[in-house]
Amino acid sequence: MFREGGVAVGSVVLRGFGWRHAGRKRWAVRGLDLRVERGERVLLLGPSGAGKSTLLAALAGLLPEDSGEQEGTVEIDGLDPRKARERVGIVFQDPESQLVMARCGDDVAFGLENRGVPAEEIWPRVDEALRRVGFPYRRDRPTAALSGGEQQRLALAGTLALRPELLLLDEPTANLDPAGAAQVRRAVAEALDADTTLILVEHRVTEALPLVDRVVVVEPGGGVRADGTPEAVFAAHGDVLAAEGVWVPGHPVPPRRAAGPAGDLLITADRLGLPPRLAPTDLSVRAGEALAVLGPNGAGKSTLALLLGGLLRPGAGRVTASAELAGRDARTPPHRWRAPALARRIGSVFQDPEHQFVTGTVRDELALGPRRTGTPEPAVRATVDELLERLGLAALAGANPYTLSGGEARRLSVATALATAPRLLICDEPTFGQDRRTWRELVDLFAGLRDAGHGIVAVTHDADFVAALADRTVTLERRP
Amino acid sequence: MIDIQPVAAPGAPLARRNPVAKVAAALVFSFVLLATLDPVAPALAIAVELAVLPLFGVRYRLLALRAWPLLASAVGVLVTLVLFAADRSGRVLLDASPVLVTSGVLVTALGLVLRLLAVALPGIIVFATTDATDLADALIQNAKAPARFAIGALAAFRLVPLLGQEWQMISMARRARGVDAGRNPVARLRLFVSTAFALLVGAIRRGTRLAVAMDARGFDAGVPRTVARRQRFGLADWALIASAAVVSGAALTVSVLLGTFRPLIG
Repeated sequence: MFREGGVAVGSVVLRGFGWRHAGRKRWAVRGLDLRVERGERVLLLGPSGAGKSTLLAALAGLLPEDSGEQEGTVEIDGLDPRKARERVGIVFQDPESQLVMARCGDDVAFGLENRGVPAEEIWPRVDEALRRVGFPYRRDRPTAALSGGEQQRLALAGTLALRPELLLLDEPTANLDPAGAAQVRRAVAEALDADTTLILVEHRVTEALPLVDRVVVVEPGGGVRADGTPEAVFAAHGDVLAAEGVWVPGHPVPPRRAAGPAGDLLITADRLGLPPRLAPTDLSVRAGEALAVLGPNGAGKSTLALLLGGLLRPGAGRVTASAELAGRDARTPPHRWRAPALARRIGSVFQDPEHQFVTGTVRDELALGPRRTGTPEPAVRATVDELLERLGLAALAGANPYTLSGGEARRLSVATALATAPRLLICDEPTFGQDRRTWRELVDLFAGLRDAGHGIVAVTHDADFVAALADRTVTLERRP
Repeated sequence: MIDIQPVAAPGAPLARRNPVAKVAAALVFSFVLLATLDPVAPALAIAVELAVLPLFGVRYRLLALRAWPLLASAVGVLVTLVLFAADRSGRVLLDASPVLVTSGVLVTALGLVLRLLAVALPGIIVFATTDATDLADALIQNAKAPARFAIGALAAFRLVPLLGQEWQMISMARRARGVDAGRNPVARLRLFVSTAFALLVGAIRRGTRLAVAMDARGFDAGVPRTVARRQRFGLADWALIASAAVVSGAALTVSVLLGTFRPLIG
């Protein structure tokens, strides 16, 4: 081990570390004692809200002293992380808000320019970093033309070009489809030097395990609950972790098959298309069945969901609602219905929950749909209370929807679609980036709705979700 | 979708000039023209602008596409002035009461419209031929603009096309929730304001995440920056600015010699 004045280079030492964001009552992370040596590969686990992202931000020196209150110490090579910033690199979850420049090569060069690397060294280092992450394009490729997985590999190259001793990855694959996520994991595995320390936060443990040799479980109330090799940690704590929402390997989720045969026809798509986003597609959905729409990125799955949901005008073919779903309105296509009529019949859940929030509190958010569709006020209150209870949001009734965690926001967005009791529910990637607990709650919820006679369409990449719930699948091909 | 990409052939002799030189030349050119109210000088300037267009590698059809909002507003100004201007001097050209069109009105209106076009066209040409990254680089390297400002604006600029898609998603999500305005104009306005607010909230959150990511890569950390893309400012660039001054000055001179010059002040 390299020594510099008695301190191991590339080592991370936390002693009783805690951080409370300004204006919050709760400590985001507290009482943490941890030591990570140079070259170790650590997977950081813990239920949602255990403060894993805050810990990474602290290690990256991204928590300014005036933005909260600190307890204990955190050191990188014996230095305050705010003074060791050039030794640490971090990659975040959202690819779209990490890229700075319009062209790929310029984006990798951005960090090198900031660090004052001599101009003649910049482009060789850019090319080397792009090569290490297996980036398939030239430097002048527009960043806007990349897929999510390619954008994350570019963000990784931008960080690796700075040659960090400590690499922090904060759920780098949570927003990606399975192919993109696999690309990023491969890039991480192949690009890391033997003496680079890695600390990774990731819900999907099975996929992340090949990258790490140590697992640290953070206790939500404070401190470290478990620390050791993956085998030892999961043998001792696997059941509890799985119940808390961590995707522990070897804890399969029981499938929820339909209780009975599918019922009446609800909606039919006939040569439905929207050039150039979706090629002509036929499908139908019945009451009491769950249909999964699969296919690679760019095949038009989300577009299909919007068309079926009456939110986009078809460019070709048509959507026909049955009399069972729409009564007398069945003669008009859903995209021509007034919004309140649409909300009573078809519920749409968007990929990004925040797009759907309209009001200032969780309670008002749930009441909005029923009020818009003319439900009397006592009935609105009853519906809202029931949904708050059923989706575990009762304690958050007064909270602002934008302040919810990812899992809470997802449950709220599903609940808002259910509030108007539509017969047909259309969801775009409902399980994206969710922990195992929220995931199970969603599967149970959808299964219950299906067995109560609702039709469910889920656009999804999630093979586990399809296996657990779908009665039928439709696979879209990538456009020629 | 907002189109912000340059459209010029990159090898064209004037399109290749330093972005700061192009902006400076456009400013000089436009500023000189502001000195007169007559139609002759701006008409000459427009003729020059259209004549040098091939040197910037911009095709006329593309310029028309970029400039159509400007042309539309010019027509609007022309019609409004001809119908409503107080000045009714000169020869009567058309008397269809209450509309009275005189030569004085027509000259004033034409002067204003030509001025509008002559002053705005250089800017349109410069931005049609300039890559945003190159402009930010040149602002930092040749105009000594702070990197914090130039790169920050560039990064924000990159997020602009996303706003269009975001607006569409928010609107659709609202319709799915049972929220629409129908034909009621007040409800339409309220829906517009609330959609804009949601867009703003999303933009601020995204901007904050981007700022943190830039911070993590050492942006604005007090270390002197180096530059990966060298922008040169040479004799040809000075010549471009000087030519802009000379040509617009010449247009003014012609206007004075013809006796049509009407100073803005005095």
